[in-house]
Amino acid sequence: MSSKYIPIIGLEVHVELKTKSKMFCSCSADYFGQKPNTHTCPVCLGLPGALPVANMLAIDWCIMIALALHCKINQFSKFDRKNYFYPDLAKSFQISQYDLPFGEKGSMELKNGKKIGITRVHMEEDTGKLIHETINGEKVSLIDFNRSSVPLVEIVTDPDFHSAEEVVEYLQRLQRIVRYLEVSDADMEKGNMRLEPNISLSVDGKTLPKYKVEVKNINSFRFVQKSIDFEIKRQEEILKTGKKPLQETRGWSEMKNETVSQRVKEEANDYRYFPEPDLPPIRMAKEQISTLESSVPELQEKKSNRFVTDFSLNSYDAEILTREKNIADYFEEAVAVGKDYNVTPKQIANVIINKKVNIERILPAELIKDLIEGSRKVDIDVNELTVVITNVLQDNQRAVEDYKSGKETVIMFLVGQVIKQIGKKIDATMVKDLLITQLK
Amino acid sequence: MNIQNLTITEAKIGLKNKQFSSMELTQACLDQIKLHDEKLNAFITVTENQALAAAKEADKRLAQNDELPLLGIPVALKDLFLTKGVRTTAAANVLSDYIGQYDGTVVKKLKDAGAVMVGKTNCDAWAHGSSGENSDFGATKNPFNLKYVAGGSSSGSPVAVATGMALGSTGTDTGGSIRLPASFCNVVGLKPTYGRVSRYGVISMASSLDCIGHFTKTVEDNALFLSVTAGNDPMDATTPNKPVPNYLQSLTKGVKGVKIGVPKEYYGQGLDPKVRKLAEEALEVLRKRGAKLVEISLPYSEYAIAVYYIIQTAEVSSNLARYDGIRYGNDRSFFSDEAKRRIMLGTYVLSAGYYDAYYKKAMQVRTLILQDFAKAYEQVDVILAPVSPTLPWKLGAKTEDPLAMYLSDIFTVTGNIAGIPGLTMPAGFADGLPVGIQILGPQFSEEKLYQVAHAFEKETEYWKEGPKLL
Repeated sequence: MSSKYIPIIGLEVHVELKTKSKMFCSCSADYFGQKPNTHTCPVCLGLPGALPVANMLAIDWCIMIALALHCKINQFSKFDRKNYFYPDLAKSFQISQYDLPFGEKGSMELKNGKKIGITRVHMEEDTGKLIHETINGEKVSLIDFNRSSVPLVEIVTDPDFHSAEEVVEYLQRLQRIVRYLEVSDADMEKGNMRLEPNISLSVDGKTLPKYKVEVKNINSFRFVQKSIDFEIKRQEEILKTGKKPLQETRGWSEMKNETVSQRVKEEANDYRYFPEPDLPPIRMAKEQISTLESSVPELQEKKSNRFVTDFSLNSYDAEILTREKNIADYFEEAVAVGKDYNVTPKQIANVIINKKVNIERILPAELIKDLIEGSRKVDIDVNELTVVITNVLQDNQRAVEDYKSGKETVIMFLVGQVIKQIGKKIDATMVKDLLITQLK
Repeated sequence: MNIQNLTITEAKIGLKNKQFSSMELTQACLDQIKLHDEKLNAFITVTENQALAAAKEADKRLAQNDELPLLGIPVALKDLFLTKGVRTTAAANVLSDYIGQYDGTVVKKLKDAGAVMVGKTNCDAWAHGSSGENSDFGATKNPFNLKYVAGGSSSGSPVAVATGMALGSTGTDTGGSIRLPASFCNVVGLKPTYGRVSRYGVISMASSLDCIGHFTKTVEDNALFLSVTAGNDPMDATTPNKPVPNYLQSLTKGVKGVKIGVPKEYYGQGLDPKVRKLAEEALEVLRKRGAKLVEISLPYSEYAIAVYYIIQTAEVSSNLARYDGIRYGNDRSFFSDEAKRRIMLGTYVLSAGYYDAYYKKAMQVRTLILQDFAKAYEQVDVILAPVSPTLPWKLGAKTEDPLAMYLSDIFTVTGNIAGIPGLTMPAGFADGLPVGIQILGPQFSEEKLYQVAHAFEKETEYWKEGPKLL
């Protein structure tokens, strides 16, 4: 960057877990595209007298995310109430975690070797959703509580990023981690993964600026890049005039292709956090944590490196193959089958990467079978083939004449005769080409 | 015979032997409500039709010799208990026409046990109060003297039991709201161990202090009632998975050798001499029956009210926030003064910069109070103490002085702060008004409380003295 300012960027990411039931009740957590207010009960509606009961699987998954991000796990943890008013917040408080998150002080290393600090990984519940509509000419706001109390994991980084590129790399890696863990689809369009960068500019890159601009409503990595780049430019221009940018929350406007002011924070919100009295604190035994640790699968980076060393792949192929865990698993299964038939990992990698194999439909063993058959077709001795072709042409003078007089379709008859004489499945195109050459 | 004045145990025998039907018993309670509730104001909603239908159903089952623990017994519910399809107001104008959307766990358990619900009882709005006068539906009157308060916050429930409008009733006790009105109305009231009875489906006041209990005429009835309501509930994460004993089994074990703690801080300054006299008489009765009296000290008790009014108001401010006018019809202007006072206090103590000085400190003192009791129970089995420092007071006597009202809970809040069980039982009369005493025990020692209370009750039978309602 040519400017004298250094961007200081931190990230808050919300990941929605794909548990069957919600965080604090037994309603289905699968709300996407459902009829409004059909996945609700007294608990997630926040009705009088209803009480939360924690989803233990969601807690395990939150801890697994924290472990994958090398966090320290708090053996003694608890839930807290975050009190604020908003119509989509059923109880007028959100059950979240304040001073004892499940995980803290983690890190993620970027390609350039830089370590991004993970401040905390905590568990909370999602809110309902407001829908603004016009019904019979009247503007109304409606609330859908299907999403209320769906489990959310919030992952907060230290302000360690200095460019949009670093942020995007981190996000892609994070997305792969939660997908590898199979705890979230991390589908941004469905809102499974929500990103909130906070951006400010520093003169020396060390002292934190006295303001911070948070950007919300970003639903793709591309828009993260764009909004950060936009903010850097916008703030730079303000700073150049000797002023300080406002501490505020801005939203990304896809239409305007820029960030727009949403809310100016006069001072920090007072959420009046206090321990959630309806949920006993959570004590995690060391063994429980190590069990969770051992259930964290090999993540992309490690897998990719292993593919390079174990299967002699180049790192480019290895990286592509490991982007999605199910493709990587498929590849490894195919390699295991292929070993017995002298099919090399490289051959398998090429097919998967170049031919975009539909791994849902073709089993790894089938893929190997196809590869073997494909290579057998090529394996036929060209001299043997030439002899057979000469014989066939001699035996079928009539057809040869027809072909020469312009009836070119007769070639397929000759191809069939050659294959019949060879008695093996061979590549018909190759036979056809050889026939045409000989007929000239 | 006035069958509505029977104990649950007696009524069960009558029903079983076909001396009367559940319909007749229920009708007798409903008649009693019609006759007297205009002056007593114990009920907010009377569910006559549902009650008679349930009684009819109970009679069918009685005819088949079904053996449910409360089959055909009329009971009343404090109007904090959610009831599906029946108005549930918390005695607050904010919810004046709110219809419950589901039955809470205790309501379900009572129905499953065959109980017949006669209605929803009056209380201080949101259970905020010690006299019943904070109800947005008017104060409940003391049946022993209509010019006096019934005690609160569960004001209607003990009155219903004392006057034969129901044979048992539910209540909630966050700082004394079962024990104090039980004491003022001459009935037996239990505040169980925190978590012994599910809170699911009961409107929360202060979640870490709320206990779900009940009122009956006798100790035996009380033990029977708890056998129905107690136990782990998958819907309430604060109910441990501890087995529920048969509370009736240990009733008659007596008090021989039982060590009863007498905390000096509870018999000192501020205690009305008339109350002290009756409490001391109770100690003497138990001593004569073989109990050993041991003087103990609970030094941190003096901070209990301060701690209580920080933790309780903090939780209240959060729990009441949902009644914001968006979904419950009536908006925030419908909150009365006491609720507003607690919301403001609670919001203040949780605010940034004050949390450490108030809430956090209060939680630390809470631990000290817990340790006080833990130490005491190393020396004694149970503790016997007065419930209210004064006799029931005249309606209006304390309504202008919230602090004086708060101080009436001075002997009861410690039990909530420590999460231990407390049982109030009738201990006699002074100036024609009932006085109760409470027995406190370690967590999950309800059996022991019943054992001691039963021995005392057998000896004294104060409960038999009913109010004269002419």
